[in-house]
Amino acid sequence: MSDIILVCEGLRKRYGQIVAVDGIGFSIAEGEVYGLLGPNGAGKSTTISMIVGVVERDEGTVVIDGQPHDARNTKTKALIGYVPQELALYQDLTARQNLWFFAQLYGLRGRQGRSKVGEVLETIGLADRADEAVSSYSGGMARRLNIGVGLLNRPRLLILDEPTAGVDPQSRNSILESVQRLAADGVAVLYTTHYMEEAERLCDRVGIVDLGEMKAEGTRRELVDLVGENDQVLLQVDGDLDRARHALAELPQVRQVSGEGSGVDLLVDGAKAVLPRLFEVVAASGGAIRSAEVREPDLEAVFLHLTGKALRD
Amino acid sequence: MRGMITILVKDLRQRAKDSTLIVFAIVLPLGMAFILNAVLGGAGGEFKARYAVADADRGAGNAGFAGQVLEPMRESGVVTLRPVATAEEGRALAQRGEVEAVFVIPANFSADARAGRPATLEIIGSVAAPVAVQVAREVGQSYAAGLRSVQLAVVAASPTGTAPGGEEAARLAERAGALPMPLSLREDASAVRRQLDITTYYSAGMAMFFLFFAVVFSISSIFDERRAGTLTRMLAAPISRPAIVLGKLLSGVLVGIVSMAILIVVSTLVIGARWGDPLGVAALVVAAVLAATGLMTALATFARTAEQASNWQSVVAMVLGIFGGVFFPSAQLGGLTALGYLTPHKWFMQGLADLAGGGSLQAVAVPVAALLGFAVLGGALALVRVGRMVHA
Repeated sequence: MSDIILVCEGLRKRYGQIVAVDGIGFSIAEGEVYGLLGPNGAGKSTTISMIVGVVERDEGTVVIDGQPHDARNTKTKALIGYVPQELALYQDLTARQNLWFFAQLYGLRGRQGRSKVGEVLETIGLADRADEAVSSYSGGMARRLNIGVGLLNRPRLLILDEPTAGVDPQSRNSILESVQRLAADGVAVLYTTHYMEEAERLCDRVGIVDLGEMKAEGTRRELVDLVGENDQVLLQVDGDLDRARHALAELPQVRQVSGEGSGVDLLVDGAKAVLPRLFEVVAASGGAIRSAEVREPDLEAVFLHLTGKALRD
Repeated sequence: MRGMITILVKDLRQRAKDSTLIVFAIVLPLGMAFILNAVLGGAGGEFKARYAVADADRGAGNAGFAGQVLEPMRESGVVTLRPVATAEEGRALAQRGEVEAVFVIPANFSADARAGRPATLEIIGSVAAPVAVQVAREVGQSYAAGLRSVQLAVVAASPTGTAPGGEEAARLAERAGALPMPLSLREDASAVRRQLDITTYYSAGMAMFFLFFAVVFSISSIFDERRAGTLTRMLAAPISRPAIVLGKLLSGVLVGIVSMAILIVVSTLVIGARWGDPLGVAALVVAAVLAATGLMTALATFARTAEQASNWQSVVAMVLGIFGGVFFPSAQLGGLTALGYLTPHKWFMQGLADLAGGGSLQAVAVPVAALLGFAVLGGALALVRVGRMVHA
């Protein structure tokens, strides 16, 4: 069995009257990619900040590679590679100077440090532009450098906070592949995202977070099983949406109703059997179904099932 | 220590590229010193005035006002004298700015004055040169006061208690004039030398004033790092929070010392500022930089944003500069002069004045101690509060 690299229990953080994180706990093993999935404002970044040690936690414990960890423990901090959500780079310095600065903060010096900087530049594909100021980089290049800084210290635990936010599809793909390679090398990865597709593709296990609480966690299969035999049906409806949603919610086969714009998301028992009935009900409510799509349950459906709202609501 | 030095080196690298800092730390203080020196001083800051003399009292020769008073001033190089034929000619010169004041000495002025008869010395001044006009007026009044004392002596010596006439009056006046002065003023060499010439005064004043802006960049960069997200990354790294703060502060101290050193060298070479004994100046500079860093850091800890910190620091730097006497001698503040001692600027200028008196390291012990007091005070307050700044 792989070593457990991160164990956190009962993490709690309050800002005034607002409870940002309320008792979140999970663990990550060596070589495992653990995803924290939830909408913006769910508490993912605060959870990560407490684990990294840049935000003091009100309650809870964090153990990294068997050692208790807090904001002052430089020994355990040295085991973590951290990639914050926003670009955290010096725009007036070059990529090499940025990497060299952070490498030194992690104790990398001299030939070893320079070698590591060169290695990371190769990994993130910026070796040929290493001596240009970051301010001249495209968004994707800066994102890659942002991730590169987190790899300098060859971390046991790599924490990435929504690293693909605002990234073009090509760069996103490159980032996801890099994460998979690192995990294959034995790095424990904690990855937050609100993109269900990323979580499904990348993560061995996923924790679903909403309103500061861990709603459920497990492998994709385990989470989808929570939805049971329900199917997800996505309707595009013309007419009075609210009336249509209320009418659909009255059907005994419909478990959940949500959606935005002209869309209506449903969790239903036996989609194929109930589909004609859905058309009838919408028509009776004065609307008309423009299109209907039946999906196998996925993490989106799980989130809908657990929270009663869509992931991007 | 490792983290602190790493942050220090990185900050210095960034500061070296920062044109704003170079402007505040070097260009502005030098520029202001040059301008103020050119406008208010000149080489050595010595007073020089251009006067015209319409002298109808020529018959008095060396015994007249022009011979006794104005000629010695001209010979000492304090004034230049331009003879004019009439008061109108002198007035025209003053209006054109070719002279600052005109002495109009009527015929028989000296003889009348010595004989105790009413005599009028007219001074025509240029509105553009109030200081030179005031000096001319004082010269005239001083001469009049001297004549008055002789006049009183003549009256006192007369048995009747009234002014005698004719040869008797002239004889008594001559005797009174020959008497030794009852009170003589001795020039205290050290006191005279314990005063900065205009060039050094404004070079030092501007250097000290802008030092408070130069050191601000170091501590304010914490706000910038937070905004850029790099502070979060530093906090996640295996270094302590004090290392982050100390690295920043040390970069401010080094920037302050380097900028002051540049200002001292350039002002000495280019405009002839005389800073004094190098050891004493070095001690003053280091103490002043520490004081500025401590006070500005303490102030920054009360701010929420870089902009707010910058605004507060500008106001405080200006107030301290005014009361500390970097723009004009603090003695001109009248009843508020003593407040100057509550500013590092005053002690820095005081220390340099002590060095101008020929002193060395020992001479600046008190100003250096006072400056270090400001550094400790500001530093202690900053250390108590700086934790509020260092968060993600």
